[in-house]
Amino acid sequence: MTTAPVVPAARGTVAIRSENLCRHYRMGETVIRAVDGVSIEVRAGEFVALLGTSGSGKSSVLNLIAGLDRPTSGSVVVQDRDLAKLSREELAKYRLRVVGMVFQSFNLIASMTLAENVDLPLRFAEVDRGQRQTLARQALERVGLLARMNHRPSELSGGEQQRAALARALINRPQLLLADEPTGNLDSHTGKEIMDMVRQFNRELGMTVVMVTHERALAERYAQRMIFLADGKLIDDRPNAPTVDDVQIRGGQS
Amino acid sequence: MKIPDLTELALRNLRESLLRNSLTTMGISVGVASLVAMLSLGIGLQQLISRRLVRSGLFDTVVVTSRRDPRGMGRDEERNGPAPSESRVLDETARQEIERLSNVIEAYPDIRFRTELRFEDKPHMTMISALPSSAKANDAFEGMQGAFFSSDTAPEVILQKTFAEELLGKAPGRGVDETNVADLAKPLLGKELTMNYAQRVSGAVQPSAPVTNGAIPFDNSLAAASYSVVSREEKVKIVGIADLDPESMRGPIRAKVFLPLKFAEGLHVMQSVDLSEVSRAASGQPVYSSIGVRVRNPAQIQAVEDAIKNMGFNTFSILDASRGLKQVFAVLFAFLGIFGSLALVVASIGIVNTLVMAILERRREIGIMKAIGASDADVMWLFLAEAGAMGILGGVVGVVLGWTIGQVINLGTNVYLKRQGLPPEHFWAVPWGLVGFALLFAFGVSLVSGWYPAGRAARLDPVQALRYE
Ligand SMILES: Nc1ncnc2c1ncn2[C@@H]1O[C@H](COP(=O)(O)OP(=O)(O)OP(=O)(O)O)[C@@H](O)[C@H]1O
Ligand SMILES: [Mg+2]
Repeated sequence: MTTAPVVPAARGTVAIRSENLCRHYRMGETVIRAVDGVSIEVRAGEFVALLGTSGSGKSSVLNLIAGLDRPTSGSVVVQDRDLAKLSREELAKYRLRVVGMVFQSFNLIASMTLAENVDLPLRFAEVDRGQRQTLARQALERVGLLARMNHRPSELSGGEQQRAALARALINRPQLLLADEPTGNLDSHTGKEIMDMVRQFNRELGMTVVMVTHERALAERYAQRMIFLADGKLIDDRPNAPTVDDVQIRGGQS
Repeated sequence: MKIPDLTELALRNLRESLLRNSLTTMGISVGVASLVAMLSLGIGLQQLISRRLVRSGLFDTVVVTSRRDPRGMGRDEERNGPAPSESRVLDETARQEIERLSNVIEAYPDIRFRTELRFEDKPHMTMISALPSSAKANDAFEGMQGAFFSSDTAPEVILQKTFAEELLGKAPGRGVDETNVADLAKPLLGKELTMNYAQRVSGAVQPSAPVTNGAIPFDNSLAAASYSVVSREEKVKIVGIADLDPESMRGPIRAKVFLPLKFAEGLHVMQSVDLSEVSRAASGQPVYSSIGVRVRNPAQIQAVEDAIKNMGFNTFSILDASRGLKQVFAVLFAFLGIFGSLALVVASIGIVNTLVMAILERRREIGIMKAIGASDADVMWLFLAEAGAMGILGGVVGVVLGWTIGQVINLGTNVYLKRQGLPPEHFWAVPWGLVGFALLFAFGVSLVSGWYPAGRAARLDPVQALRYE
């Protein structure tokens, strides 16, 4: 089932819209404006890169879109859900069903095998054990780790761990893949491997991808659009020059 | 999350920090063990005492007297019944009626009379009473020398120790233990006594009425119309010497010599009640001064008593005394329970501590779970399940431990009792109800102590938790 396209919203409709999004931290007297009036629009099926220097607010924006954090002011609307208006319970459900996340530090649970890590979201979704196993196998097969399903994360290389994290992010067939520097802890070769996989999901499964990175080369190679942040503000938002692959895909489609 | 998933994850997490969780679980076990030990001691003691009381025949017996009887043990509340002169006669019909009441095992006439017993030609005045065969189970006959009556109609007697001393011409001992019953029994068991008594004969007695053993017939002027009284003699064999006093509750009218009930009934002994019942006893039925009613279970005494009162008789039982005893046990249980639970309270602090530690350690894990879609409730239940699993495991181990401690103490005490020459007693009881209660209690306590840490884990901010290394 992970091989079937997952996006019910047609390609091209607005998937994410933020308006004057702010996330401020109050530290005693001073206010840190981690995100300061960011308005962006991401279309369904788009692959967007969030770029900026360290501390520019990239992760903060991503967490707001992921529903892990709530804005101080402004709004994020993801597929017609105003995240600011959702209850804690509804936000959890949103994270479970709509969003898949991968992180720089993989964030697999060390005490669980890969199969258990991958099927954890299905447990929260109260999927039956039998179906869970099938789905976990399919997801691991997709990232080429079926043979390692009974290994613990500590027995795997960084690239393999990140592939397992991708499998976990995919298992609930989310419409949104949010990646926070997924290649940050990997060498460039392994990083490319991961990025190829992300692009595959974007194209074959129609997932909308928002990826935080500070490697501009990576963004240029894989993303269709680049959004630049500095000091919590949006400073640039421009489409990428179409890559060779993109031309082929778009040519094939039209 | 589903319960099997929760359980599985909880057990997995418990295994991850095995030492710490085992120690916490052991704390719960010790708490449960102390609770089980305390309460089973209380239950065992209660069972021991009520067993004794039931056997003593005091707590399952109602004494019924007629309201006409001035000696009746009636209390104030019964004064507002029908006037004594109108109330019923306690005769055989009434006895059968009482015996038919539900939960009544038997209703036996209380036959007691003062008479003369001759032993080796020396006369001794004493109070005699009749015992139903069910009295054999009475505690008072437990350490008896000789045997209980061979049958309900046998011409046999059991003597109370003090009367046996009297027969042998010994000064009654001041303390109960001063003379050994066995020494008294040797010269007395199997010997015969001659009993003189006044027999009540229905209908007017002709002067030529058969007179056994040369008894002298005499006219009772009052009873001339209905019955006469004949003096008789009967030989009875001594079969037992009782150490304890089976009538300790009866006070001044307690008997020292006992006869089998059916045998005593057959004697038709003239009793004091007959004199006052002359006018009513014309029917020829026996009239009793009182009737003893044995009830199936001490708990049903009240109902039986009420039923008999409705029939128009006075009743008496030791129910009030047993009520006081119940209160004593309620207080005892409360104390034992509180002291037993203290260890469990300490153990529950252990659970709180362990879980708070676990949350600090697994902060990042909680963040990850929330990031991939766990709700607050999922996280909360996960930690509660860990607490509950520790509670149940600790409870099971604790019940086994408490039971073992109880067995060891029971064994030790019985060794001590044996050395003191006392029979062994089973004063330790762990009923299934207590096991269930202890497990539920341990589970409940662990859930309550898990509540605060679990709530803290559930409210954790995922962004902060993920930042945490
Ligand atoms: N909990 C917090 N309390 C105070 N300030 C915070 C908090 N979280 C983030 N910030 C601040 O918000 C700003 C943006 O942080 P954010 O993590 O979004 O940056 P980033 O662009 O992801 O950086 P990096 O590339 O290093 O990951 C930073 O200046 C950071 O110090
Ligand atoms: Mg960041």
